[in-house]
Parts: sequence; C-alpha cells; structure tokens
Amino acid sequence: MMQNPAEQTAPPTEDKRWKVVDAALRRLGHRPQALIEAMHAIQRTFGYLEPASLRYLAEALVVPLAKVYGVATFYHHFTLSPPAPHSCVVCLGTVCHIKGGPSILAALEAAHDVTLGGRTHDGALSVVVARCIGACSLAPAVVVDGKTLGPTTPDAVLERVRPFFETKSEEPPHDA
Amino acid sequence: MTPEELRARAEEIREKEAGYAESLRVCSAASCRSLGSDELRKALAGEIARRGLTQRCQVKGVGCLGLCAQGPLVTAELRRGYGVEEREHVLRGVRAEHAAGVVDGLSGSFDPALEVPPGLPFFRRQVRIASEHCGKLDPDEIDDALAAGGYEALVRALYDRTPADVLLEVDRSGLRGRGGAGYPTGLKWRTVAKSAGTPRYVVCNADEGDPGAFMDRSVLESDPHRVLEGMAIAAYAVGASEGYVYVRAEYLLAEQRLRKAIQQAERLGLLGKSVGGTPFEFHVQVRLGAGAYVCGEETALIASIEGNRGQPRPRPPYPAESGLFGRPTLINNVETFANVPPILRRGGAWFASIGTEKSKGTKVFALAGKIANTGVVEVPMGTTLREIVFELGGGIPGGAAFKAVQTGGPSGGCIPAAHLDAPVDYETLASLGSIMGSGGMIVMDEHTCMVDVAKFFMGFCRDESCGKCVPCRVGTVELHRLLDRITSGAATPEDLTLLEELCDLVRHTSLCGLGQSAPNPVLSTLRHFGDEYRAHLEGRCPAGVCAMSGEEAVR
Repeated sequence: MMQNPAEQTAPPTEDKRWKVVDAALRRLGHRPQALIEAMHAIQRTFGYLEPASLRYLAEALVVPLAKVYGVATFYHHFTLSPPAPHSCVVCLGTVCHIKGGPSILAALEAAHDVTLGGRTHDGALSVVVARCIGACSLAPAVVVDGKTLGPTTPDAVLERVRPFFETKSEEPPHDA
Repeated sequence: MTPEELRARAEEIREKEAGYAESLRVCSAASCRSLGSDELRKALAGEIARRGLTQRCQVKGVGCLGLCAQGPLVTAELRRGYGVEEREHVLRGVRAEHAAGVVDGLSGSFDPALEVPPGLPFFRRQVRIASEHCGKLDPDEIDDALAAGGYEALVRALYDRTPADVLLEVDRSGLRGRGGAGYPTGLKWRTVAKSAGTPRYVVCNADEGDPGAFMDRSVLESDPHRVLEGMAIAAYAVGASEGYVYVRAEYLLAEQRLRKAIQQAERLGLLGKSVGGTPFEFHVQVRLGAGAYVCGEETALIASIEGNRGQPRPRPPYPAESGLFGRPTLINNVETFANVPPILRRGGAWFASIGTEKSKGTKVFALAGKIANTGVVEVPMGTTLREIVFELGGGIPGGAAFKAVQTGGPSGGCIPAAHLDAPVDYETLASLGSIMGSGGMIVMDEHTCMVDVAKFFMGFCRDESCGKCVPCRVGTVELHRLLDRITSGAATPEDLTLLEELCDLVRHTSLCGLGQSAPNPVLSTLRHFGDEYRAHLEGRCPAGVCAMSGEEAVR
C-alpha cells in the first residue's frame, strides 16, 4: 500500500515540540477530520496558532489553507496571536452578569487601558471575556493565570493583577 | 469481563470498603477545588496518618456533592464503632485548618458550625437517578464505580437481552431528551436502529454551553463511567460500534476524567473490543469543542467532529439517518445517557412511575443567581418552581424580593412570581414562554432589570451566531441594537413594535435552533414584564441597573 504523501510533510521548524503535534496527527491517521484536534495540540504546545502552523496543517492533512484558516477563526478558543504573559478571563455568564461581572471588566478597562480581547498597553496582560465558565457558585468569577477567583470584586481583581505590571520588565513570567 | 466476574470484582471491592469504620469523602469537583478542596484532602489524609488511623478511616476525593455554594464539602460516613449508628454527616466550608477538628468529630459529633443540619431540604427533597453516585465515588477509580454497580446493566444486557429488548425497556421508561427539546429517547434510538447503513455512531453531546448551566459538567466530573455505560448500552441497542463524546474545551477536569475512565474501562474489557467477553465492540473517543456555542446544535456538533466549522445544516435528513460522516448517528445529551443504566437495572416501568404524565423521571438542575443554595439538584419532574427555588434552593439571600426564574439559557425565558406554583415539566414550561432547556435555573430578584437580561442574552446570541443564515446573523445584531436603545433611554414606542416584529421574523425564518429560539428571552420578558419595557421608554429603569443616559452605548 502506498504511503500517504501528507505524512511526509515536515514541520515548519526544528522545534522538538512539534513531535507532540505530529503524534496527534498520527493518532488520527492524517485525516482531514483531525484538523480541530491538531489545532488543540498546537495551541496547547505553542500557546497559539501561528501562520506557519496553519500552513503545515493544510499540507499535512491535505486541506485547503482557506479552510484551515476558516476553522481557526470560527472557534473562539483558537487564537492566532501569541498570548500575553498573563491572562485574566472575566466571566460574563448570566449569573456573573447579574452579580457584578460587568463592573469588574469596566474596572480593568479603566485602570489598564485595555480593550476587550486585547492586551494592556505594555503587553503584560490579556483580558478576555468568557460566556460562563460554569463556576456559578463563585459568581462573579474571574480566572487569573488559570486560577479561578470568586466571588470577587473589581478592587480585588485590580489588586491581584497589579504585580504583573511591576515585575514585567525584569523577567518574562512563566506560564502561557 | 463476564457478569459473574464483574459481580465478583464488585463484591470484592465492597468488602474492602466495608473494612473501614469511617470514611471522609472530599468533593473534588471544579467548584470545591477552586475553594481549596485539594489542600483540604491532603490535610485530612495527613491528620489521619499522623494519628495512625489509616486502617480504619479512609479519605478520598469524590465527585460533586451538589451544594456548591457552601464548599469545600466533605461527607463523613461513620459505619460502626464508637457506639454510633451508621450515619452520614455533610460538612460545609471545610478548610485545611479544620482537618484536626474534623478528625476529632469522627467520634460522633462535629463542630455545629461545619455540619449541615440533618434533614436539610436541599438534600432531603432530592430524588437522584442520573446523579445518584455523584459525590459518593472517586471519579478517577473505576473500582469505585464497579462497587456501586457500574457496567452491570451493560454486561447483563449483553448476555441476557437482545437489542430489541433494550429498545423496549427504554420506550417503556418514557425517557425524553435531557438536552432540552424533550424528544422521546426510545423513538430516537429506534430510528437509528432502523436506518440503513453502517457503521453507525453514538455521540454524547457534552458541549454544555448555556451560561448558568453546569449540571452536565457535574455529572461528567463525578461519575464519568455512568455516561460511558449509557453510551455503550445505546450502541448495543442501535447497532453502533463507535462513539464520540464532544466536550466543551473549557471543561478541562471533565475531559481528563473522561479520558481516564475510557482507558480504565478498556483495560477491564468493559469498553473497546469484545465488551464483557462478547462479540460486541464499542470504541469511544473524546473530541474537544473549541468555544462555539452553536456546536450544541446537533448538526453543527457533527460538523465540528468532522473537523469543520461548526455550522448547522437544514434537517431533514436528521442525524438518525444521515449524521456523522453521513452515517446513521444517535446523539443524546450527557444526562440522557446517565439515566439509561438505572432504567435497565430497575426497569422502564419503575422510571415511568416517577414524574408526571408526559415527563417521566427526574431532572437535574443547576441552581444559581440570587439564591442561597447555589448548586446541583435532581428532583422528580413535576416539582414546582416554588419548591425548587425556596425549599431546595433556600430562597433569596438578603431578603430581596423574588422577581423571576430564568430557565433554558439563551433559548429559554423568564418566569415571574405569579407562576411559581407551576410544575416543572416540558409542556408547562413551554406554555409559560420558556423551555425546560438543559437544566440551568437562574434566580433573579428585584435588583435585576429584565430588559437588561433580555439584552444580555441577545448579545450572547449575536456573538454566537455562526453567520450562515441571514435572519440570525443580521436579526440578532438589530435586536440587540433595539434593546440597547431601550436600556439607554433613547427608544420610542415604535422601537418596541419593531422589536416584536423582528422577533417574529427571526424566530420563524432562522435555520437552526439558535436563531429560532434567540427571541425567546425578549418575548418572555415582554410577556411577563411588559411594564419594565414601558418604564424604560419613559426614561426610568425600575431596577436601577440601566444607565439611561439618553445616548446609545457604543458596545
């Protein structure tokens, strides 16, 4: 049986982390339906989907690049730009909405000159809105660098993110 | 594993468990975890070890205990010894620093500040079927599930019943889809079983997207084997050998636990090739959503599993005939599958004896909003809203007046105080302009503005519209703009008329359920809270939520 030519496509860089992505592709037999799973693998590994990775997926799965781009931009979960060193997810599900979530978002926007879904002017923090993280008993809830806080207040959240702006210049913080 | 082997193994584990005089079960579901239940579990285990009690007291992490608002929660079970009768104590708000006190309490009396009063309606009024083992077993240990009778219904069905028998039992139970629409489950299974073409697929919709709904997450995090067993039984009944669980990307813990559960079940031959030592095979894979609400719609979900954008397509053909990869596909929600094993174990007639004439069994609800006992409850169909909100839910904290309960998320509606005595079943909720939905129940008090709530949901639908059909793509934007004008005090009476007309149009001409039901929150608030809309036209927000600046907001 002939080998699928797609399987011989080489990753865009020498980076060893591509092995994780390739393992996901192999597991799903390099079929087009592996596209979303592969994107998850890339985003988990590299933090975002850079243009070169989309081109790689198009070749490796034999899917038009336009479709790859369409899928990547359709789903809110995928991002095409590198993540800021710190993230703050403000939940605006129904319960958080009626319990004060919007005031937390407004406080962050006012204090750090950040637009929704964007980063602060110095790039240290990205602020994202979630439509319910399912932690309604903690409403209003905020997720800062993967840790859920709640019930919280605008002041508490501002206090929590304050260090991100002070230490920023010395060392780029850990997790992405 | 044959039925005998399974029974023997379950018996063996139960005996081992019974060897402990006491057990401390610490909730390890997402909400309690955020409140520090992991540290608590370690502290308790440390304290037990320090006192040399590891032989008699067991400490384990379990699934959701339900009363999320008062976490971290611990159940203390005293089986014998100390002259105390077998009893369960539920402890709330337990922190790591309470560990020594909790272990002291094993002698029979716990700090009253920590103990939930016995007979609390929140627990006493529940009838748990789908969530019966949530909070009792360690979701990471298949042995716990087996000891509780997990996979017994599946293996026994494989040996003792034909697929037709299984279909009959599910028919008899009267079970209806718990994802919200309430389609008879037996009928759906039958359609798939009759459809020509193989392979067939079984898909579990775990893309719980309604904001304010977290009951499926609770079940998946607490008892993943239950859902897998339900899927396997369905697969046997409809003749499928492959299955997918489509989980929201946000549910990391649920995803991990599911993957682990699948591995464990495959290792014991309860999933995978030759299930229970029979020729039946069933392979399950997990697929992650990627943050698109519309993927809760079945045709969009299928598109997403196939690696495409999650855009719905017109039905028919229904997935039962042409679904995943164009093959007959059964799609049910998490809770629907979780109800299947008990139906087989105890009989469809038993299940049908619970609930109302047309809505059988129980329903799991996520209670949230302005309510004391935020958490997950399971009650018989037909329980009134008043019982759920005020008895189980404990009413509204701070003495504020009840205004409405919102069911069904962005596809549902708000039900006012006048209908609090309505029984919760599919038909009654629909007649009140809402829907059963997947089970989110959000309580609102006098400080909540209903127009603002309607605007919130419309904003949600606008953001989540997939853009395929015009009525939904454009209609939700325009509806949101109209609502924005109303909440900013810039609207005229004509805007209200236009709002109603546009709702009618979006409802009747959209392609899928998202667009068709997007106007529901507006229509139901117009119907029950028309006064609030009119007050806004006069420049007044009765709840004091809206800015009413007279200018339209930018966003």
